[in-house]
Amino acid sequence: MKISVIITLKKDVLDPQGKIIHQTLDGMGFDDVNEVRQGKYFEIDTKETDNDKAKAKVEEMCKKLLANLVIENYKIIDSK
Amino acid sequence: MKSSVITFPGSNCDRDMDVALKKFGFKNKMVWHADAELPKSDLVVLPGGFSYGDYLRCGSMASKSKIMQSVINFANSGGMVMGICNGFQILVETGLVPGVLLRNKYLEFICKNVFVKIKDKKNKYFKNVDNEVLELHIAHNEGNYFCTKDQLKEIEDNNQIAINYCDENGKIEDRFNPNGSIKNIAGIFNKEKNVLGMMPHPERMIDTSLSGEDGSLFFKNLINNLK
Repeated sequence: MKISVIITLKKDVLDPQGKIIHQTLDGMGFDDVNEVRQGKYFEIDTKETDNDKAKAKVEEMCKKLLANLVIENYKIIDSK
Repeated sequence: MKSSVITFPGSNCDRDMDVALKKFGFKNKMVWHADAELPKSDLVVLPGGFSYGDYLRCGSMASKSKIMQSVINFANSGGMVMGICNGFQILVETGLVPGVLLRNKYLEFICKNVFVKIKDKKNKYFKNVDNEVLELHIAHNEGNYFCTKDQLKEIEDNNQIAINYCDENGKIEDRFNPNGSIKNIAGIFNKEKNVLGMMPHPERMIDTSLSGEDGSLFFKNLINNLK
């Protein structure tokens, strides 16, 4: 079963990479962008076959390793 | 005095730290990250480098290494644990010290000498250091210290800020902040002040043939405080 996770920076955390991407887009002519925030995306293929159990495990992974909860939020996306 | 330096895959300041500790009288042992047990130590050092290639977040993988459970237990029982640069990043990922280290504000790898002001001397790391300001070396890409407002209040209330970036006279201002750290923070303690994380490398300033000797002051003082 594959579960996906998106990690994003919390609202108050400075994202200098996002800022530079924004500036570069602006310079390329994409001048209607308000803000860019960069995040991370994971695909986790697990042996677990129960959807709820798999999501619970992935949530634990997010809390313990994949995200740093001081600065990041995680979002688990339903498996396919 | 016995010390241990932990080597992670990708550590590159571990041998410099070994040289520095031995120079000032520590009997140092190098400890591999996959070991389970720490040798008997008065000081454990997590050195600088790029453990696990800085994958995911700097220090995140190393913080889950086998040896780290022993290091965490040692710290929680009052043992002295010092993390330098990548070692500081590992410490924040273990939660032994609060906050995180973000990418430098201007997205540059910074490698230069800086001045830091010692903010708190009521601890074994800086007690009896005569100087108020030390010149040390920094070399990092993720040294931009960040914490939540609640954490910052707690850190300040408990005097957990160890050193701040400043000028040679000890003036702490935004223009002397190399990486965007909150409040110019260059190093912090845990609540009990037996754990210190800092971005500057004292082990790079221990000989006149290097760019200075303020690191020598730090190590000489540290071993005396531990005796």
